[in-house]
Amino acid sequence: MLVNLRRSVVLSVLFLAICGLAYPLAGTGLSQLLFHHQANGSLTPYGSTLIGQTWQGPEWFQGRPDGTVLTTGPGGVVVSGTNQPGPRSKSLEQAVARQAAALKKEGVVPTNDLVTTSGSLVDPDISPADAYAQVDAVAAARGLPIAAVRRLVSSHIHTKELGFLGEDYVDVLELNVALGHLH
Amino acid sequence: MGFFWTIVVLVILLGVSWRYLGSYMAAVYEGRVRYLWWVERPIYRVLGVDPEAEQSWQRYAGALVVFSGVAILVTYLLLRVQGLLPLDPQHLGAVSPALSWNTAVSFATNTNWQNYAGESTMSYLSQMVALAVQQFVSASVGIAVAVALVRGFARKSSPTVGNFWVDLVRGVLYILLPIAFSAGLVFVGQGAVQTLAGPVTTHNALTGAKQVIPRGPVGFMEAIKELGTNGGGFFNANGAHPFEDPTALTQFLSVFLVLAIPFSLTYTFGKMVGNRRQGVALAAAMVIIFGTWVGFTSYAESQPNPAVAAAHAVSQPQGNMVGKEVRFGPLSTSLYNVASTQTSTGSVSGANDSFTPMGGFGLLTGMMLGEVTPGGVGSGLYTILLFALVAVFLGGLMVGRTPEYLGKKIQAREVKLAALGVLVMPVTVLVLTAIAVSIHAGRAGPGNAGPHGFTEILYAFTSQANNNGSAFAGLNGNTAFYNVAGSIAMLLGRFAIIVPVLALAGVLAAKSVVPAGLGTFRTDTPLFTGLLVAVILIVGGLTFFPAVSLGPVVEALSHGRLF
Repeated sequence: MLVNLRRSVVLSVLFLAICGLAYPLAGTGLSQLLFHHQANGSLTPYGSTLIGQTWQGPEWFQGRPDGTVLTTGPGGVVVSGTNQPGPRSKSLEQAVARQAAALKKEGVVPTNDLVTTSGSLVDPDISPADAYAQVDAVAAARGLPIAAVRRLVSSHIHTKELGFLGEDYVDVLELNVALGHLH
Repeated sequence: MGFFWTIVVLVILLGVSWRYLGSYMAAVYEGRVRYLWWVERPIYRVLGVDPEAEQSWQRYAGALVVFSGVAILVTYLLLRVQGLLPLDPQHLGAVSPALSWNTAVSFATNTNWQNYAGESTMSYLSQMVALAVQQFVSASVGIAVAVALVRGFARKSSPTVGNFWVDLVRGVLYILLPIAFSAGLVFVGQGAVQTLAGPVTTHNALTGAKQVIPRGPVGFMEAIKELGTNGGGFFNANGAHPFEDPTALTQFLSVFLVLAIPFSLTYTFGKMVGNRRQGVALAAAMVIIFGTWVGFTSYAESQPNPAVAAAHAVSQPQGNMVGKEVRFGPLSTSLYNVASTQTSTGSVSGANDSFTPMGGFGLLTGMMLGEVTPGGVGSGLYTILLFALVAVFLGGLMVGRTPEYLGKKIQAREVKLAALGVLVMPVTVLVLTAIAVSIHAGRAGPGNAGPHGFTEILYAFTSQANNNGSAFAGLNGNTAFYNVAGSIAMLLGRFAIIVPVLALAGVLAAKSVVPAGLGTFRTDTPLFTGLLVAVILIVGGLTFFPAVSLGPVVEALSHGRLF
């Protein structure tokens, strides 16, 4: 019993050093060396391409309505993944109706992703269909030709990884930054 | 079409790892691989362990229980003094006693149930040295138990089942660390963060919007979270968070990592008992049930979400997108979540709570089958071997002959131990759920009303007693009642099964082998696989049918259609 206890304590300390310090610190060093941009959060002057933002107004492409329920924690950090409604929840039904009405007011035909919140609540992406649904409204708000905005969307579609994994998507930040530079 | 190829490539990759990772693991536990001997030897010397000396099952179990107890205590203390330790850029301070206790038990039992949001509760140091360490260690403990049981079958008249300290150290050094490190680099390369620099404040030059984005040493924790079938994510949103699973490629890699060791251990089993077909029979049972559940759940999730449909505002061409990420979509999210609920991982790629009623049914019932298809690392193999013993016992009753499994006579003592191991989980789940719905503190937990709220409670205890750790996120579990009741479920679900399994290992190892005769019921045939599948489904189905009827089934039927 005592010998087990001594061995357990010693081995816990050893594993703490190997798996808790050496492993993540070696990983951090190598990641910072090889993948500096990704390891620090894929940051751009406009925010992280991997973390969704709220875009106010019809002159921007809208992402998923995650911002309507997103909360913040100590120091104002974004806390992901809270508030997941059940599949028969009345409040979900009302939130969808509210979001759809808001989109219609901006001249956008509501789509599934644009009225529902994601699992992370920081989903940075929308589907190509969601982006195309907003083309007319964005073009009108900015006084741009519809065809040019449409071309912008189609040139920003990320197709499935390796051709078969996941779904096609458009990164809203990338699309809006390109839109901001379009004249 | 994309999903079809996802499945095809997954099957090919798992087939390759089944063969090669399986035989590698056999070599590791038979002591034939020694390239890390220069790291191992000093460890044994410091511990005062003779790596050649073996232990009886009692000594093996004693060492395991004491080690796990110390692991819980160390984790608890690290969380309690978090505020005094470095690498706490958000100044989060100490974790409360009840939550520290629940979390310590949760990570040391390979459950990774999380009653907290990582980004607003745990410092970087806690994530690294308290939580991720247990993700390695508890996984290695699980595999060690499975290997000890396999030795019980493989040996003849042996008083010992192996050396716990050696199995534990070798599992971490030879299997978990090298694979996790390679996978960690892929996660980071795809966009998972890996930094100690603290949260970053971004200002959008176009809109002026400001965000404070939490970061941390995430990518490498992600790798062991999946490989060790742990599931405890760095962030609250777990695998749905783009900093944990940035692309569909890392999502696919995650699915592969959680399935790799549990499936491959059936090959290890076959190789160590000297008959690979025995391993194939177990793997086939796992594949049949797992495949059925993937098909069922992904079909359910490709259907519309009932609440969204009721708003009559949009069509839902892809299916249920509530709580799901656009880059993943409903199909691969279902694959991930089924893989994670049936491997005792419990990580999520989309919110379980927002799955359709039948999709949620798929996740819940996947765990209720006892986490054997393929189950957690090690725990999947040792639990399905318990079911295999029950199956040969039933086969023996049918033909009126003392059953045998791998040449060992299965007598009253073995059947009692197997039945005990199989029944611990359902009894724990049902009793604790009954208590929770009977008292005020329990009923205060669920965030949804009616049958969905009942499902949230049932799900919580099913998840913890199976050491799964996934949550129907709607339940507020960070209360004194749920922290303590949950820790009881996790401890029973882990050690009340491990101890009978090790006893079984000892009893079997001591037996001699009887040669197979004409009347021997063969256990390496499709007939046996079919019987095993039936036993798993009947035990799970009969025990949980009434409880499941009150939850997801009522919920699904209440809108007039099943899907």
